[in-house]
This record gives sequence, structure tokens and C-alpha cells, in this order.
Amino acid sequence: MMEPGTLVVLTGLGAVVGLDFVSFPQAMLSRPLVAATLAGAVCGNVTAGLLAGVLLECFALETMPFGASRYPEWGPASVAAGAVAAVPGADAELTARMLPFAVLAGLLGAMAGGQTLVWLRQFNLKVAARYRDELAAGDAAAVTSVQWTGLVIDFGRAGAVTALFLVVLLPLRDALLDGLNVGGHAASLTVVGVLAVGVGAGAIWKVVHSARGYEWYLAAGVALGSAAAVLL
Amino acid sequence: MKAAPTLPLGTWLHVFVRLFAVQGSYNYETMIGNGIAFAAEPAFRLLPGGRDGDAYHAAMARHSRYFNAHPYLAALAVGALVRAELDGEAGERVERFRTACCGPLGAAGDRLVWAGWLPFCSALALLAYGLGASAAGVLLTFVGTYNVAHVALRAWGLRAGYREGLKVASALGSPVLRTGPLHVARALAIVAGVALPLVLLRVRAGHPTPIGFELGLAALLAVALARWQARTDGWRVGVILLLLFFIYSVVR
Repeated sequence: MMEPGTLVVLTGLGAVVGLDFVSFPQAMLSRPLVAATLAGAVCGNVTAGLLAGVLLECFALETMPFGASRYPEWGPASVAAGAVAAVPGADAELTARMLPFAVLAGLLGAMAGGQTLVWLRQFNLKVAARYRDELAAGDAAAVTSVQWTGLVIDFGRAGAVTALFLVVLLPLRDALLDGLNVGGHAASLTVVGVLAVGVGAGAIWKVVHSARGYEWYLAAGVALGSAAAVLL
Repeated sequence: MKAAPTLPLGTWLHVFVRLFAVQGSYNYETMIGNGIAFAAEPAFRLLPGGRDGDAYHAAMARHSRYFNAHPYLAALAVGALVRAELDGEAGERVERFRTACCGPLGAAGDRLVWAGWLPFCSALALLAYGLGASAAGVLLTFVGTYNVAHVALRAWGLRAGYREGLKVASALGSPVLRTGPLHVARALAIVAGVALPLVLLRVRAGHPTPIGFELGLAALLAVALARWQARTDGWRVGVILLLLFFIYSVVR
């Protein structure tokens, strides 16, 4: 099991990237590429964290935070996925075998985290309603209170969500360490890699196909990248 | 149009920093309305009578109501609204402007940032990964590239909004917002197209078999998801397939 100090640091990281996602400062620290890699670094295996982050980033290409729509929240889930992937003392083969579980945990965690964002917005509405008269009178203290309450609650929410993910997922990972062995690490990498890249490519097509002729730019890029991948 | 009154540097910085928290109290009724008032408040202190004046309270009340726009381009609205209030524009005119600019600022920002710059920066970082960059290199590529434009867009929005005031619609015709999304989408298509096969190559590093079969499978999945885009999201399909693989791994 992980040391308490590491859990605290990961929880803090989850709180920061969770706050970043919508509330402050939206610098995209919450993207899986960043959050999972940093979590891997905290756990002493930055390579495993980066691998989980890259794969989750491919999935995340499909979900953009448009307005009030409901979308997965990647930050805390990616911190948990990075921590799950970074098995202490693991070699490359063990890391690879654990990767589908880490990515699955990240995806399911992102779905769950997205629901907590809905609850946060409902809570923010209740706070604003409590100050309705003051806000209508132009009371700056009320505006500041509503804003700071939202920021602090979001920070706490993201930290709590991250801690919950870690407390559930890390013991589960440890229990599974010897059990996941289908086809060894090669099958794990093939399955998770093909899924991530396939979903990522589909997501990019959705973004670019609405502009006439742009699918050809994508096709040219894929042809170039595939040729390089086959030749390298 | 008269020249914009000069704002003290401290006020500029105060408003600019607060813009990064404009969605801090996001909710389903007023959206980012409270955040707009929160961001603009340091500038409203310059209104006649200061913090105790009627103009200050009227402005705060007006701007904490419903407002919705892309969070980065909300800077354009904040700049314009601050200018309007300091110019003493009629409240009804300011209200009409607030209502009118929500849609265009939301649509332009979504197109430029969420559907353009963000996936482009992701693809660029994935390309860096595929080409063998270190973890620090991948992170710096993503965070650095993304935030140069992010911060610049907010700063430009605040300046342009304040300069133009309620005539800020002209700023929406800026080449960055008009043709920028098309250029970014084109670059995204090429960079992502090159990056994704190289990502697969590096993910399966050391795998003894040729990569062609896996590239073919990924392409098939992408085509299927593109065809079914109205029916399902690719990441949900990914969850289901990974879950099936995971269950198979455990029970076998």
C-alpha cells in the first residue's frame, strides 16, 4: 500500500488539477497528459504515468468542455490512473499488464467526476440563491463570497474525489497484480493502444470533417504517420 | 467615440487575474454572471462615488446577473462592459449589449479554443511523445504551447474590449477569430494524423510483430466511430471494450 505522505500529495495534486478544469485557471493542467504524468512522477514512475496519460489523452480528444454540457472530468481521474499505472518497483512488463486497468479506471473515474461537477453547479446555485437580495442590490461582498465559496468547494470536491478514487483503486490494483495475465504484456498494450488511437482518430475526424476538404489533410497525416511507424 | 480613460496598471492587473476565475461560481441559472461582476469589480471602484456610490452598486447588480460566454473570450465582454460603465452609458444599453454578446462570444470561443487550439496542442504533445520526447518535453510542449495562446487571448480580449467599448463587435471580426479556427483545424488534422500512428508505435515499443495489423485495427475502429458518431461516443465504446477485456483477463 502507498505511504500516507504520497497519498496526501496525490490528493493535493488532484485538488489542484480539479480546480483547474473549470474554476481556476483553466491552464489545462487537468488534461490526462499532464495530471497522469505528474501522478506517476509523485509515485516514482513517471514513465508509467506518462503512458497512462498519453492513452487517456487520446480518449479525451473526444470530450471538449462546451458550455453547460455534461462531460467527463479528467483531472482527478487521471491522477488516480497515473498512480494506478505506477506500480512500485514494477518492470516494463508488469506496467504494461496493469495499463488496461489504469486506463479503464481513468475512464470510469472521469465519468464519475463529471457527475460531481453537476452537483457542484447545483450547489453554486443554492449559494447564489442565498445571496439573491444582496446580489440584486449590487453588494460586492456578496459577489466575492459567492465566487470564493465556489472556488473553495470545487477545490475540496476535487481533492475528495481524488482521495476516494485512490482509496478504492490502489488496493484493487494490488489485489489484481498477479491475476491479469492474458497474453502477457503484448496483448495488453495492443488492446489499450489500438482502442486509444482508434478513438482519438475518430475524435479528430469529428472535429475536422465539417470543413470541406479537411478530411484529406487528416488522411495525408495518417498516411505519413503510418508510413513512418511501419518504417521506424 | 471618445478616447478610453486610462486605467491604473494595478486595476488592469487586478481585473486580468480575476478573469482566470471567471467560472469560479458557475451554475445553471446565472452561468458565469457572478464571475463577470467579480472580474470587473476592481475597475468599477473608479466609478463616481467609489465603492459607496450608486453607480458602483448599479454596475455590480447589473453584471452579477445571467451571462454566458466562452470563459476566455469573456475577457472581451468584461473589457467592453468596464468601458461602458466608466463612460456612463445608460443601463438599458449596457443590458442589451450583455444579452447580445453572449452567443457570438460563446460560439467563437468554442470554435477557436475547445474545437481547435486545445485538440491541436494535445496532438502536438502526442506527436512529441511519438517522436520519443521525455515526459518533461511532452508536458512542456502541451502546457507551454497551450497557455501562450490562452493567456494572450485573455489579454487581447480585455484590451480590445476596453478600447472598443460597446462597439466591440468589430473585434469579433478579427482574423484570429474569423479565420483562425480554419487554420488551426487544418493544422490539427495533419499533426494528429501523423501523431496517432507514432503514439501506437511508441506505446507498443519492443513488440516483436509488425505494427501494420494494429494500425489497421485502429483505423477500422476510427472509421466505425466516425460513422456512428450520432449514436455513441468513442470513449464510451472504449470503456465497454476495455471492461470486456478486463473481465476476460480476470476470469480466464
